[in-house]
Amino acid sequence: MSGWTKAVLLVAGMTLAACSNNDGLFGNDSASGAGSGAGAIEPGSVNDPTSVAYFQQNVGDRVLFLVDQSTLTEEARMTLLAQANWMLENTDYVAVIQGHADEQGTREYNLALGARRASAVKEFLVSRGIASNRLNTVSYGKERPLEICSAESCYAQNRRAVTVLTAGLGS
Amino acid sequence: MRLLATLLAGLMLLAQMAVAQNGPLRLEITDGVIEPLPYAVPDFVAENGSAGQYASDISRLIAADLSGTGLFREIPAKAHISQVTNFASPVQYADWKAINAQALITGAVSVSGNNLEVKFRVYDVFAGQELGSGLRFKGTTDGWRRMAHKVADEVYSRITGEGGYFDSRVVFVSEMGPKNDRKKRLAIMDYDGANVHFLTDSSAIVLAPRFSPKGDQVLYTSYETGFPQVFVLDVGSVQRRALQNQQGTMSFAPRFSPDGRNVVMSITQNGNTDIYTMPISGGTPRRLTNSPAIETAPSFSPDGSQIVFESDRSGTQQLYVMPANGGEAKRISFGQGRYGTPVWSPRGDLIAFTKQNKGRFHIGVMRTDGSEERLLTASFLDEGPTWAPNGRVIMFTRETQGASGGASLYSVDVSGRNLKKVMSGASDPAWSPLQK
Repeated sequence: MSGWTKAVLLVAGMTLAACSNNDGLFGNDSASGAGSGAGAIEPGSVNDPTSVAYFQQNVGDRVLFLVDQSTLTEEARMTLLAQANWMLENTDYVAVIQGHADEQGTREYNLALGARRASAVKEFLVSRGIASNRLNTVSYGKERPLEICSAESCYAQNRRAVTVLTAGLGS
Repeated sequence: MRLLATLLAGLMLLAQMAVAQNGPLRLEITDGVIEPLPYAVPDFVAENGSAGQYASDISRLIAADLSGTGLFREIPAKAHISQVTNFASPVQYADWKAINAQALITGAVSVSGNNLEVKFRVYDVFAGQELGSGLRFKGTTDGWRRMAHKVADEVYSRITGEGGYFDSRVVFVSEMGPKNDRKKRLAIMDYDGANVHFLTDSSAIVLAPRFSPKGDQVLYTSYETGFPQVFVLDVGSVQRRALQNQQGTMSFAPRFSPDGRNVVMSITQNGNTDIYTMPISGGTPRRLTNSPAIETAPSFSPDGSQIVFESDRSGTQQLYVMPANGGEAKRISFGQGRYGTPVWSPRGDLIAFTKQNKGRFHIGVMRTDGSEERLLTASFLDEGPTWAPNGRVIMFTRETQGASGGASLYSVDVSGRNLKKVMSGASDPAWSPLQK
């Protein structure tokens, strides 16, 4: 019920914001929302700690891998620890973990490598208390690069596993 | 050094070809450089008024097939002395000798309604006699390209002693759009890039189609359920079905057994990829490999007794051969770099593969015991070889680098010669058997 009310307020807020940027009735927009009170947070915005946007930007939805590796780096484990804690708090979300590879490799091998990476992330999250039935995995191999240059700076961003959330368990 | 090896391989190949046929008509080799065999194919005689365009188009396509192999060189019509105006008239050998045409192909075309008839003869000019007997093909006008390919296959076979490959098709993945949002569709075409037809839309990623031994079905991987899964598609009706649907798994890299009854493929469970087999009609996949390594890209030997595949069980991708029902695998690749996507030649003598070494990709071939490795190509990214039905030509994917990079299909002779682009905006080719 409260979700419904918030949604209506959000739509109203956006309409008003389009009319006047100075209108303070419905809180600040996400870019300047750092100091605002809890009541002024737009649900679903990056300032809403229960939102997908918050998870993506503040928790971190992806981890990166070394060439031809599926071992989690120390940095990746820190990110995944935060992901696990967030998912323990926000129990109405399920996730598909997408494993990806850079273009340096054959198609089939990269599919299998992406699956290894996604699986490594899932195993870590399960080890931190996330129910395995909340986590699915899929590999895209080298089919969906994020960056498209043919250089290590791009490859490093493409060797990734991304935790993609959906509200799934019915809230 | 590699160039020398390639040339020597080319020599061996053509030496075999020269032995395979009798009589003086043969492919000349001078100083290690292969001299394409000069031939003439004057425009086929139009036996009735409506046959004129077909007669010309069919002759030109036969020439395109033969010259496209790099083994034959056409002597253009403007150099011809004799004109062939009647299929039944005797050949003026002296006129063809004078322009050094070693082979002469004459033919005639007649059209009646939608029916097309093509007859042809092949002559060994310097022996002054016909090579084989005259042949006649009957079909329909909309199948004129296939009839030209059939004539060219017959000519190729008579001169080289090898099976032909022109009357064949290629199933592939058509690609559009930028690298990070590429749209992929299954498509099918003639071996030379003509007659492209789409088999799926681009709503889901599709990968690596493979023909059934009869060419009537295609196995491929699709993301249409959100997860990569092996599908089988009927080429005629374009009807498709998922081969297996085990929750929480991915399946990919499928291939038919030579008898068409079974499928080998990779299934990934809990992040671990192994090779499985199952009947094409359905059932429970049976596991053939069992290791924590990545095992994928299985391909049957033509007799169905063995499977070659890639595994990183040694720490890097390498090629292995195992019995078709599983069991102990023997490693066959030992060179530098990584080896993947092995494919057994339809002749059974060679295995083609992708090799990755020092930042470059190669298409190569080796004997089935791993000996006599030869690299045929080198580029930023070459992968996924497929064999022509006669085992003499390999088609593969070449991807160019950078943000605007794209995939194209290329073909190369097994000798490493005659590298050429077949189709742009395309990847993952699979060559059909010769059509019936």
